Amino acid sequence: MEAIRSFQKVLDDPVKYIETLSARKKIIGYCCSYTPEEMIHAAGLHPFRLFGLSPDTSAADRHLQAYCCSLVRGVLTDVLTGRLDSLSGAVFPHTCDTIQRLSDIWRLNTGFPFFADVVLPVKLNSQSAREYFEAVLRKFRADLEAGFDITITDEALAVSIKLYNIIRSYLRKIWEIHAARPWLISGSDLNRVAMASMILERETAAAMLADLADGLGRLQAQEGKPRRRVMLVGSLCCQPDIYSILERSGADVVWDDLCTGSRYFEGLVAEGGDPVAAIAERYYSRVICPAKHSSVTARAENIVSAVREHRIDGVIFLMLKFCDPHAFDYPDIKGFLDAQGIPSMLLEIEGGLPPEGALTTRFETFIEML
Amino acid sequence: MSTPDKDKKKSFRSAKRMREIMTEYYINAKTASQTGKKVAWITSGGPVEPLIVMDVIPVYPENYGAMIGASHMGGDLCAKAEAMGYSTDLCSYARADIACAVENGGPIGGLPRPDMLVCCNNICGTVLKWYEVLARYFKVPLFVLDTPFCHTEFPDQARAYVRRQFDEYIAFLENACGRPFDEEKSLEVGRLSIEGQRLWKQVLDITAHKPAPMTAFDAFFFLALIVTLRGTQVAVDFYRALLGEIGERIDQGIFALENERYRILWDNLPIWYRLKWLSDTFASHDACLVADTYTTAWCGSMKYIDENNFFESIVEAYTRIYLNIGVDEMAKTVFEMIDKYQVDGLVMHSNRSCKPYSFGQYDIQRMVQEQKGIPTMMIESHMTDERSFSESATKTRIDAFMEIIKASKG
Repeated sequence: MEAIRSFQKVLDDPVKYIETLSARKKIIGYCCSYTPEEMIHAAGLHPFRLFGLSPDTSAADRHLQAYCCSLVRGVLTDVLTGRLDSLSGAVFPHTCDTIQRLSDIWRLNTGFPFFADVVLPVKLNSQSAREYFEAVLRKFRADLEAGFDITITDEALAVSIKLYNIIRSYLRKIWEIHAARPWLISGSDLNRVAMASMILERETAAAMLADLADGLGRLQAQEGKPRRRVMLVGSLCCQPDIYSILERSGADVVWDDLCTGSRYFEGLVAEGGDPVAAIAERYYSRVICPAKHSSVTARAENIVSAVREHRIDGVIFLMLKFCDPHAFDYPDIKGFLDAQGIPSMLLEIEGGLPPEGALTTRFETFIEML
Repeated sequence: MSTPDKDKKKSFRSAKRMREIMTEYYINAKTASQTGKKVAWITSGGPVEPLIVMDVIPVYPENYGAMIGASHMGGDLCAKAEAMGYSTDLCSYARADIACAVENGGPIGGLPRPDMLVCCNNICGTVLKWYEVLARYFKVPLFVLDTPFCHTEFPDQARAYVRRQFDEYIAFLENACGRPFDEEKSLEVGRLSIEGQRLWKQVLDITAHKPAPMTAFDAFFFLALIVTLRGTQVAVDFYRALLGEIGERIDQGIFALENERYRILWDNLPIWYRLKWLSDTFASHDACLVADTYTTAWCGSMKYIDENNFFESIVEAYTRIYLNIGVDEMAKTVFEMIDKYQVDGLVMHSNRSCKPYSFGQYDIQRMVQEQKGIPTMMIESHMTDERSFSESATKTRIDAFMEIIKASKG
């Protein structure tokens, strides 16, 4: 599809993309789906998701031990090797222990004009946490205003909220179309769409997503071969090949619990009313990531409910090596799924994927069980 | 050159007393269900004082993790956790403790079952995940005290948030215990907590004396009471007696090493299953580990505590502890300790079990080398999982490190 090619184009060289964009817009890097992007956008800045895509992360060795996850090592490598020189700054919401230290190392070893720690609450189940969340966002707004000598008006926030709601709604719509008719678009293309939507200028992303959703909605492709329906669960996925290897092995990823998927687009910001309070409310109550706490069963319940809603046959845990929050959740969530009769498998990756042959064998074995 | 045998003769009489206190403490904790007391499992950096006020027995899985490590049971227990699905890259305290809870095994026959869980994330995000696992397993209430990370500052918003959570914490305890919080008793507990921390600080300060009357390895051992019994008279009496004993030893000319020539600062948690080996290895070079950043954490926030307003001021003290601050803030503490204890070198334990303590060490290491000009070295391990430790490789590195120190100091 033509629409897909434009998403792919930006992923071919994200660095070049932001370099070009930086001529007319200041770029702010971030690496967590709890980043209140709406506020960055409302400040007239461009939020750019850091995926740490450098294949060789040895530049990070000077600062981080080998037992640090490849995502953080990749992001640090990108910035230390000059790939992110077109940034005007970065924002670090408190994510996990590792990203919290990445924030320190970034602050101490780079010299961008802007830097902010947005230390959001970890606990998301109390009134005090809710109010603190909002207070942190108000402080962030003030920090952006002071840092760039601008005023972020409520009107600008309302415009950004609307835009992000459009982006999230279209992403959801595309995911739903795919869940209903997986043969219309490949999973790897969806993965590319998600990643590119966090790199592209958001007005462009919204328009491209609208085109794609419309195009898919109109597509009269013949019904494809039915395959098993699996759900991918993990931190984020920057490996489009996983989807295609799975498809060749006999399964479609029809839903996910990923920061490059449902955790990014689920939940909209209420329009009208106080924009900061509305943004806070969305992030406070969105689908939770394991680095946050709401209840001790929230994640397992979310996953099971997605399994039921999207008629999932099996769950694949995509575990980034050294990702503590996900690794701690895994045994109990797996147990919870087992108790519900939902099969699952664990795939641990570090940086790149294992050789395709080995991966195919593992996937096929799992899919045969479904 | 000192020998381990001679060092053994110089063991502290307070060590015997501490073992008695800890034994009694664990007996009380393990018989709590018979004596009608409630047991709370709490993180090592968590505010224990409200539990003491409520007469709830605090139990520390992390202290237990240290016991597991010291008794060389960590490897087996961690392997059991791995069989349950926990990654080998996770904190070895957490893995060993989760295995103990499920297996009902480990030293002293396991910990007493908790009636409630209190998790303060001022030391790491790991404790949050670990306590979520425990809450699911034991099916008991969990209170999370969320202390926002203070990279460079403690903003007003964070202060207000933590302050409110202390009220929520007390309400949680009142609900769990079915009785009100005793304000009057809290004043006494606050006073004892401050007194205990002050004495602990004096104990650690005393190793600035040349030669040092005790080592960081002793501090790792004596730490248990300021962690577990902070806010009680027992801890105050103990540290007062320990301080007296150390004073006596200085008067009598009894020091940690026969011939202390080099003074070393240790960073990060201990390697619990190699304490004696490390102590002997450094001692064989006449090197004394005089101080460490870890045990200092239990008195490092005293500057924020107001004696006349204890329960208000601990909001800041518990939020701005050593591990909940930025790398540059941590480096400042390291610099101060280098000067205070006049050390010749810095040994950094790159602890695979503790990412927030270990990531950033390379930056601190460089700052130390550049600004303090002393040699530094890294030792890698999982603090409670002896399977990850290479004794021969570590020995080689320590020897090489000591050669550099000897060459630079003579």
